Amino acid sequence: MAKIEVKSDVTGVVWKILVAAGTSLSEDDQIILVESMKMEVPIIAPEDGMLVEILVGEGDAVAEGDVIALMEEVLSDTPSSIEAKPEE
Amino acid sequence: MTYPRFTKLLVANRGEIALRIFHSCRDLGISTVAVFSDADAASAHVEAANEARPIGPAPARESYLDVRAVIRAAQETGAEAVHPGYGFLAENASFAEEVIEAGLSWIGPAPHVIRQMGDKQAARDMAVAAGVPVVPGSRRFAVGNAAEVQNAADAIGFPLLVKAVAGGGGIGMSRVDKSEDLHRAVEATQSMAAKAFGDGTIFLERFVARARHIEVQVFGFGDGRAIHLGERDCSLQRRFQKVVEESPAPGLPANVRIEMCDAAVRLARAIDYSGAGTVEFIVDTDSFEFFFLEMNTRIQVEHPVTEMVTGADLVAMQIELARGKLATINQEDVEFRGHAIECRLYAENPARMFLPSPGPLERLRFPAMEHLRIDSGYREGDQITPYYDPMIAKVIVSGSDREEACDRAIEALRKSDIAGVKTNRDFLLSCLDHPDFRAGRVCTAFIGDNLTELVAAMPRPVQSVI
Repeated sequence: MAKIEVKSDVTGVVWKILVAAGTSLSEDDQIILVESMKMEVPIIAPEDGMLVEILVGEGDAVAEGDVIALMEEVLSDTPSSIEAKPEE
Repeated sequence: MTYPRFTKLLVANRGEIALRIFHSCRDLGISTVAVFSDADAASAHVEAANEARPIGPAPARESYLDVRAVIRAAQETGAEAVHPGYGFLAENASFAEEVIEAGLSWIGPAPHVIRQMGDKQAARDMAVAAGVPVVPGSRRFAVGNAAEVQNAADAIGFPLLVKAVAGGGGIGMSRVDKSEDLHRAVEATQSMAAKAFGDGTIFLERFVARARHIEVQVFGFGDGRAIHLGERDCSLQRRFQKVVEESPAPGLPANVRIEMCDAAVRLARAIDYSGAGTVEFIVDTDSFEFFFLEMNTRIQVEHPVTEMVTGADLVAMQIELARGKLATINQEDVEFRGHAIECRLYAENPARMFLPSPGPLERLRFPAMEHLRIDSGYREGDQITPYYDPMIAKVIVSGSDREEACDRAIEALRKSDIAGVKTNRDFLLSCLDHPDFRAGRVCTAFIGDNLTELVAAMPRPVQSVI
């Protein structure tokens, strides 16, 4: 299954982890909050999927572009995948 | 009263304001002590001070907000006075008390005055008692009380602001436009305030929809005497953070200006205010009705515009007052000349919703121009870390009138060369060039209302700097 990398938009410090691995997410759902220059910047799910792993801990420094979490595509509704439904 | 004749002063701050205070200290022959976090070990304010002491790790709460570490640094270096700058511990009454208890001189108003003005409700009560107009508002509410909060809100009317009693600087405040959104905003503000300030108490206040933010610089002598040094218009704000400030306020009728300044001085006198302070008002753009917002019991970020039009050195006045060396200044001694504008240059990316942009300052060059003052805590080659506020520099200009000051601000920003981080420079140019700004038609909604247009009008592509 295709892995989706979730990257931080901003250099900062992980302020809060909002969801746990195993959570099913919709596009734009917030995963972590990064604190940078007195602002809280939410890092969001780039697409629908399952949160597989969070790669950072609260208090960790992250740089812009760092992968902070891994998601997995949800395949049930994805006709282009290997397990696509047979044609009728 | 006897005054301490201190000759060594510690600045409990970092960046541009630390450098600004050191500057006045040098003029006064006072030796300087810097404090710094691990992230700031190589920063300009450390290099500029006569001595410097580390006070802890990068996060502010473990260093610049650590009262004990700061006082220890003062004692170890033999500093006799502490200047808090703005932000961090500047409005922390307990810190002021501990400084005084440690036998050090505190450059600021008496701790009980800081406490009183820091408590928004107490400040409001004092303002009312001093005959200063205030915005219609509610009593304070602890967490819970949903039904009572709702009743109070309905009585005040919408839009209104939910404000944390302990909040400030735009933190712990949210706007509610309709009754059904109230509950959520109250809960969010309470939980945010409980987390940030350890106190979830809130109150409600009517929101003046088309408002200007105008503040009066006051200076009190601690004995009931006080003067004002005119007003500053700080209406250009984004998410309650000031972006451009100027003095005098454009188009403010003379009688309103006099009334506001008198009101601010009345408040300063009523509380025996000591040193530099700012009384903030919101002013209705059409009726020019003005209402007391809060009093900041410290030097303000935008104090240089006042210095540009009055010629005063507010920081030197603070220090000399604390040393008992400040000659009496009467109101008629304060003269106002021309117009001054300050632009706050931030490390942020206007093209991506003003996302913070920390990083290396590969280039940082400002033009050599007359009537231009740059207050910055950074040098070319410095790193802007994500730990503190995003301000790179304050670009301050003066002119014989507003138009000349505007033109000079534009010239100064155009000739500024910053690379390595994204900045709001081009956004500032857009603001300064906007017909409404040029005509003095400013209000706190200016940036929000014109955001798309202002970003689109940015004179150079923002992506080109790296």
